[in-house]
Order: sequence, then structure tokens, then C-alpha cells
Amino acid sequence: MIKNKILFDQYNPLNKTMFRIIDDAGKVVNKEWLPEIGDEALLKAYKDMLFARVADLQTVSYQRQGRIYTYPPNYGQEAIAGATGALIGDNDWLVPAFREMGAMLAKGVTLKELFLYFMGYEDGSKFQKAKFTLPISVPIASQILHAAGIGYAIKYNKEDKVVFTFVGDGGTSQGDFHEAINFAGVWKVPVIFIIQNNQYGISTPTRLQTASESLAIKSVAYGVKGIQVDGNDFLAMYRTIQESVELCKKGEGPVLIEAVTYRKGAHTTSDDPTKYRTKEEELLWDGKDPLNRLKSYLIDKKLWSNEAEEKIVPQYKEEVDRQFIEAENWGAYPKEDVFKYLYADMPDDLKEQERQYDRFLQWKATKVK
Amino acid sequence: MIASYSGKPLRLSNYSTKEFTGMKIMNMVNAINDALDIKLSDDKNVIVYGEDVGVEGGVFRATEGLQLKHGADRVFDSPLAESGIVGTAIGMAVAGLRPVVEMQFCGFVYPAFNQIISHASRIRNRSRGNFETPMVIRMPYGGGINALEHHSESMEAIFGHIPGLKVVVPSTPHDAKGLLISAIESNDTILFMEPKRIYRAIKQEVAEEKYSIPLGKANVLTQGKDVTVVAFGAMVREVQKAMIMAKEAGISVELIDLRSIYPIDRETIAKSVKKTGRIITVTEGPRSFGLGSEISQIAIEEAFLSLEAPPSRVSGFDVIVPLPKGEHHYMQDPYKIFYEIERIVKF
Repeated sequence: MIKNKILFDQYNPLNKTMFRIIDDAGKVVNKEWLPEIGDEALLKAYKDMLFARVADLQTVSYQRQGRIYTYPPNYGQEAIAGATGALIGDNDWLVPAFREMGAMLAKGVTLKELFLYFMGYEDGSKFQKAKFTLPISVPIASQILHAAGIGYAIKYNKEDKVVFTFVGDGGTSQGDFHEAINFAGVWKVPVIFIIQNNQYGISTPTRLQTASESLAIKSVAYGVKGIQVDGNDFLAMYRTIQESVELCKKGEGPVLIEAVTYRKGAHTTSDDPTKYRTKEEELLWDGKDPLNRLKSYLIDKKLWSNEAEEKIVPQYKEEVDRQFIEAENWGAYPKEDVFKYLYADMPDDLKEQERQYDRFLQWKATKVK
Repeated sequence: MIASYSGKPLRLSNYSTKEFTGMKIMNMVNAINDALDIKLSDDKNVIVYGEDVGVEGGVFRATEGLQLKHGADRVFDSPLAESGIVGTAIGMAVAGLRPVVEMQFCGFVYPAFNQIISHASRIRNRSRGNFETPMVIRMPYGGGINALEHHSESMEAIFGHIPGLKVVVPSTPHDAKGLLISAIESNDTILFMEPKRIYRAIKQEVAEEKYSIPLGKANVLTQGKDVTVVAFGAMVREVQKAMIMAKEAGISVELIDLRSIYPIDRETIAKSVKKTGRIITVTEGPRSFGLGSEISQIAIEEAFLSLEAPPSRVSGFDVIVPLPKGEHHYMQDPYKIFYEIERIVKF
């Protein structure tokens, strides 16, 4: 499928050009690199992104109603996880951070599971259907080393698989980020590292994270292929990931993708972006919204319409609500679950701690209303 | 049935407001901010930085307004890297500055462990006194705020175990200000652990002027005769709630707020246990190899012949702090503390 020219060569980060295919209005400006994707697949990808957006916005409102705890919104970044979701295979690995809802859903993680997690149940990370998908990882950039290790296992076992892993712009400051890219580079393992450069690590702008010209350029020092992509351009992300998978499967990985995007929401629901960014900046990025851009492209191609969207959004909202209410009815947190997952075999001392707790609970039941 | 402990006033502290000239109502975040402001004002070597501490003023607002007042070369946002923050602070400190750095949450300090354990705690010893690292590492710690994973741990024991570090935990706004000022003025490396559960939950009158509270000295908050309870940070408040039940049950509790994990105040613990003959520790961290074990051993060494019951620990279990829906199983509630008080007094 790869043409004679390699995208990663043409857009070598040293050339300082960001890869994009459609402009802010959804018009094709870079026909040469249009990805091979059927209309049906393209429409499905858009609808998946739309569903993820509906779910994300609704999750924020559940949080505001006090029905879940802290939540990190995906709003504005859907094309990155969306393109990943459109290309990730059932047997590929996903090593997420915490802002990749679309990719997790594509792997078969259910919204209900995500809701359970943000309601404060570990059960939300016990994915029933999603294979080769690690739970959400909170400590910044720590998980991408795991992706390098999984990549080693894939290579060692000669499997036809790749690993997708995610980190933010802030995460590129962590030592673990550099170690992960370095290890993966030395081992030449099939890992697709995706930096979601959403311009802020909580309140800190990317220019305070690095003096580098781009984040993609960091790939050069580690001897791995890198590219800076317009992360709000679904087609560009799709094309990049398509080539990344093929390179990785040919043993020419890893690759580092900087996806330039904007976090339209807050860092988490505990954060207030008005403290550190301007309305003007937010408006500027509103004009680059990833869903609007792809929608315009689809409408031009007569694949989609505003009417179709208006019809489907209420159905999505209903489905999101349905899964949310299922999660809300999950029930009490079994006391045993506090203890039983720490060790393969529970140590005697821990068993005794649980028994002591049982005795206290019995006492409390008789003494306290 | 046990009477409810709610609604009754708790004694916040045992200092006299008469010692000071001007008082202001503050919560712990305000008090920490005030201490930083005072030290930034009176010592040009004090530098404050960390993730989001500059423009935003910290995710808990502990550094709010300080960049505006003291300048971006003294209060600033660092790249997102805990090891980088602590490692560079060590460099600043050996070069004569007094950095006060923030770890955004206790659970994110681990990347900085190498710098803390391999260097901050060792440089004076390694250089035989030629260099020292006068610096403070502030971090919110502890559970009870319905947080995501890695936001609820209490790791005082881990830090207390490292030779060369001092570890301080305030339990009130007043203590937070006085202890933080002492920490910044200390020539040692101080882990300053802030119980975020009570960041805003408690307000009290705090002196506007500069004052300090000595490191390494515990505070006997309430005198009692039947049992000594040692706690620190957010647990002090929980013990005070349990003490209301204990009082109704006719049990007199002596409450010690440890204030410093290390150096630990052996003398105050020993004196109290010799008087009461019983000791219970209340900690949030996991049980094994925790503060409870250390304090119990001090009681055994110092007051063996006075003991009328085995030293007892109310602590977290040896498990990961559960996510919010299960956290109540882990946390020390006043009933759990009272249950143990009653058990030990009847032993």
C-alpha cells in the first residue's frame, strides 16, 4: 500500500513542515497523500468520532451533576484517537494514557466500563471484551515504557502486531518519555508513539516544556522515524498511522508522531482554563475543530449531511445515557475487592488484616445506627 | 448505641492567640501561601517552582498570587518532570539558593525518588559537610477526597526511612505556617507533606506575622490519663472525633500530634506512655513497616514497664488505596479509632 515515497521521509521533522491533508474548512490541500480509505470506512470513522464526542460532553455534564468524580475531557482531540481507532486491530496493543476515549472504544472497551472507572470502581478497568488493552494510566509518560516492552515481546514472538501508546506534550518532559523512545529505537520494535500535543500540560504551555522547535524533532536524536501531523485533520492522522503500522510490521519501527491539537475542554473537571488561556485563543482553535473539518469534507463528498447528524445525535445521547445508568446501578463495592487483587496468593498477614476488619465491621453493625 | 460525634466543636489547637499581634482567619492553603509569601519577602534566596505553580498558582492554589508579587524568576512553572524538579533544586541548593518545590500530588513523587534518595539526603554526608541542600519538597498527600488513582497515598514511612531527610506533616493552618517557615529556614532537606483532605476543611485564626514552630517536636493537643493516641496530619481530626465518643464512654485520651515524622519526638511519646500505660497510633499509610510500628517500638523501649496493653496500630491495610467507591473501607473513620481505644483500654 505504501507508495514509492515514504511520508516519514518527506515530512522528516528536520524539514519543519507539519503534515496535513485538509484545511480548516475541510478542503483537500494535499491530494498527493490522501489515504486509501473506502467511503464506508470513512463514514464509520466519523460516526465513531461523533459518538465519542457526544459521550465525552455528556460525561462532563454527569460530572457537573455530581454523578462521577474527576474526568479528563477529550473535547477537541477526537481525530487522534479516532484515526487510531479506525486502524487499530483487535490483536494490536493499546497502552493508553487517559485522554484516548475513541481508541479505547474501538478496542472494545465499553462506555459503561469507562463510566465505572470514573465513578470510582476499579472494575471499570477490568475490560470484558477489549483484548490487549491496558488500563488508563495516570502517572505522566510512565506507561509508554511498557509499550516499548510489549514491542519487544511482539518482536521476540514474531507476532504480526503493533503497539499504540499515547503521551501528552507535558509528558515529553519526563525522563520516562526519553527512555521509552530510546529503548524502542535501540530494539527496533513495532511501537507507534503518539504525542497528543494539545498545547497545555494543565496550565503550562508547550513552550515552557521544551526549547525544541517541535516535539516530533525529538525523534531525530533517538534515531527513530518522526513526523509532526495536524492532529485535528483526521485524514492526515489516518494516513500517518496507516504508514506507521506498515513500517512497524516491516520491522522499520518504532515511529514517533506528534499530533498537533487543542484541548478545548479543561485538563480535568477540577481545572479552570480561564486562569491560563485567552478567549481569543480558544476561538482560533474552534475554527480548526476536527469534527467540523471532517464533516465538511464528508458533506462535500455527499457522504454526510447536517440532517443526518441531527437525526443520529439523539440516538447517541440515548445510548450514552443507557450505559451510564447501567454503570450507576453497579452496586456496592465488595469489601473483599479491597484485598484480593494485590497478590496471586494472599499473604497470611493480609488475611489477618481482613479478619480484623471483619471483626470491626461486626462491632460497628451492632453499635452504630 | 454510640452517640454521634458530629456537630460538636473540636479543639483546633492549643496555642494562645494572645501571643500574636494580628490574626486572620485562614485555611491550610492560605497558611501555606502566607508562609511562602513571608519567606519570599524576607530571603531573596528562596525560589518556588513546580508544575503549574506559577501562572495558575498551583492546582490547589497554594502558590496563588506569588508569581505576580515576587516575579517569574522566583516563582515559576517547571517542565513536567518530578525528577527534573528535585534534581535541579539540589543544584540550586548547593549553589546557595533555598528552593521550595512542589510535587503536584504525593503519588507523582516517585520519578524524583532517585534524586531524593541518591542525592538530596546524602550530599552533606558525601561531601563531609562541604555542601548542603537546604530545600523543601512540598506535596499534598493522603486520601479521603474521592480522587483518581495515585492521588491518595500516605508515604510518610517511606520518606522517614531515608537517612538524611526530615519529614514534616502539619495538622492545622496554624501549624502549617509555622512549620513551613521552619522548614524553609532549615539547612536540611525537608519533605513537607500536606494533608490535602483538610486543605480547606479547617479554618482558624492564624497570626499574620512571621512565627515558627520547631521541627522535631510533637504537640500534646489534649492531656489525658487512660491511653495515648499518636496521630498526625488529617488523622488528628479523626482522633478528635473519636475522643468525643471516648469521653462519653468515660475514657480519658491523651492526644499527641506528631508534627514531625523525622526527627521523631521520642521524649514526648515516652513521657505520655509512662503516664497512660497504653498507646495507639493512627496513620493513613499501609500498616507494615509504617509509623505505627516505629512509634510502638519507641513506647516499648522507653516505657516497657509502664505498659498495660500491647501498643496498637490503627492504620491502612497493606493494599493500594481503593478508588472512591471502595475508599471508605481503607480510611480510618472515628468509629474504627474509638473501637481500638475501647479495646485497648479494656485489654
